[in-house]
Amino acid sequence: MSASNLEKILKSGNFAVTGECGPPRGSDAEVVRKKGAHLKGCVDGVNVTDNQTSVVRMSSMSASLILKEIGFDPIMQMVCRDRNRIAIQSDILGASALGINNLLCLSGDHQKFGDHPTAKNVYDIDSMQLIQTVKRLRDDGKFLGGEEVKGTRPDLFIGCAENPFADPFEIRAMRLAKKAAAGAQFVQTQCIFNVPKFEKWMEMVRDLGVHEKIYILAGITPCKSIGMARYMKASVPGMDVPDELIDRLKGVPKEKVAEEGIKIAIEMIQHVRQIKGVAGVHIMAIEWEEKVPEMVKAAGLYPRPQVN
Amino acid sequence: MIVANRKPFEELLEFIKPYSKILLLGCNECVTVCATGGAKEVAILASELKMHREKEGRPIEIMEHVLERNCDPEYVESLKPMVGDYEMVMSMACGCGIQFVAEHYREKLVLPAVNTTFDGVTEEHGVWSERCLGCGNCILDKTLGICPVTRCAKSLFNGPCGGSQGGKCEVDKDTPCGWQLIVDRLKEMNMLDKYMEIQPLKDWSTSRDGGPRRRVREDLKI
Repeated sequence: MSASNLEKILKSGNFAVTGECGPPRGSDAEVVRKKGAHLKGCVDGVNVTDNQTSVVRMSSMSASLILKEIGFDPIMQMVCRDRNRIAIQSDILGASALGINNLLCLSGDHQKFGDHPTAKNVYDIDSMQLIQTVKRLRDDGKFLGGEEVKGTRPDLFIGCAENPFADPFEIRAMRLAKKAAAGAQFVQTQCIFNVPKFEKWMEMVRDLGVHEKIYILAGITPCKSIGMARYMKASVPGMDVPDELIDRLKGVPKEKVAEEGIKIAIEMIQHVRQIKGVAGVHIMAIEWEEKVPEMVKAAGLYPRPQVN
Repeated sequence: MIVANRKPFEELLEFIKPYSKILLLGCNECVTVCATGGAKEVAILASELKMHREKEGRPIEIMEHVLERNCDPEYVESLKPMVGDYEMVMSMACGCGIQFVAEHYREKLVLPAVNTTFDGVTEEHGVWSERCLGCGNCILDKTLGICPVTRCAKSLFNGPCGGSQGGKCEVDKDTPCGWQLIVDRLKEMNMLDKYMEIQPLKDWSTSRDGGPRRRVREDLKI
């Protein structure tokens, strides 16, 4: 077992809660600390995004370390878009050396969506192969090129993401099975808005027995406004926002929309918790981190257990 | 075939600005098939440029010439008697052809009139799309004839990513998701179980990443 708090929480059978902290577009560590402070005591681990949506931000490794220093268990995200296998392995060694114990392996959004659409992407390896790479370094002590890792091997709890709402739907559970076979130990799903579809996906996951091989954390995102829900429905690839959700937000007075968004998210947490095979929730309160404590408390998941 | 697009007219006007007598080259191969740099397109561009320069009061003489191929020495060398008569050569051949002509006529400036874009196919009349990146290590056997390196925007070997929706790629709603195509094909062939195989890391040394490539057949050398 790694030194990861998240791994300990999950292995001890607790329902896990993870949060997210997007690094700033500048070099101020205080911004990371302030953002992180909202999540204090409410999460077992905090995801640190890696230039999400291909917009340049402070590196995930640096922001992970800043959060580690103030007592968090960072879940460093790593995308394959910006690094080849040389840089990837180097960063894995470096992250572990800094005391980062969770690595979330992602392909990464295409650079077209970001602020440098004219950039060249790398994609030397993909997220599946990234999972294998971390496992190989950690368990076999071998680099991809075949040479041995000298001395200490990276100590990491290996995570991945999966989007049950992307197409083709029929292979989405198989794809998770592949990631588990590659070495992923936990998965955080894309934001869930379409619960029946998520339940169907979980059924397919259970049919393959994958829920017994990998800890599944259901992705929860509160909608701050009707505009946000609409934007995600129309413009974020692979996002499935049903009209009923938008209608429910529309059905409350304007000043109550945000509150309703939180309420829906809390209900969602309570709902997914009942689904067999769901081991935790991953709360992505995008630029709304201050609402996480309220959500975690209302969902009956506060305080977080202390596990050694 | 190699597919190319003509460069913007303004850019070409800039290229020819200092000159009054140029050679405009075309090619009878790929750029003819993709309707970019064959005899017809060479004639159109030549007359557009001449008309524009005429209006500017600085007429230009443009010799139109189309080679059978611009990537073979025997054809490129056939230009020898005429190249010296022109101040500059502008070429509507693909990037290979442009470079090959430039290599042969070092005393001349050889400028591109097209942007060479991809190796592809004619989907239908007037529509071309990319199929091969020439990675030098074909895996079409594993993906049943659909190349993930080329047809997935992220070249994923174990796709699709989370951005595939309604059969389309997240990068462009008019671009099919390569991995949707692969999954559809696996299903058609009753081979969906193959999807569970994790494709190993690719050896990119056979692709451009290994440096410019060269093929030698000793038995064919004269």
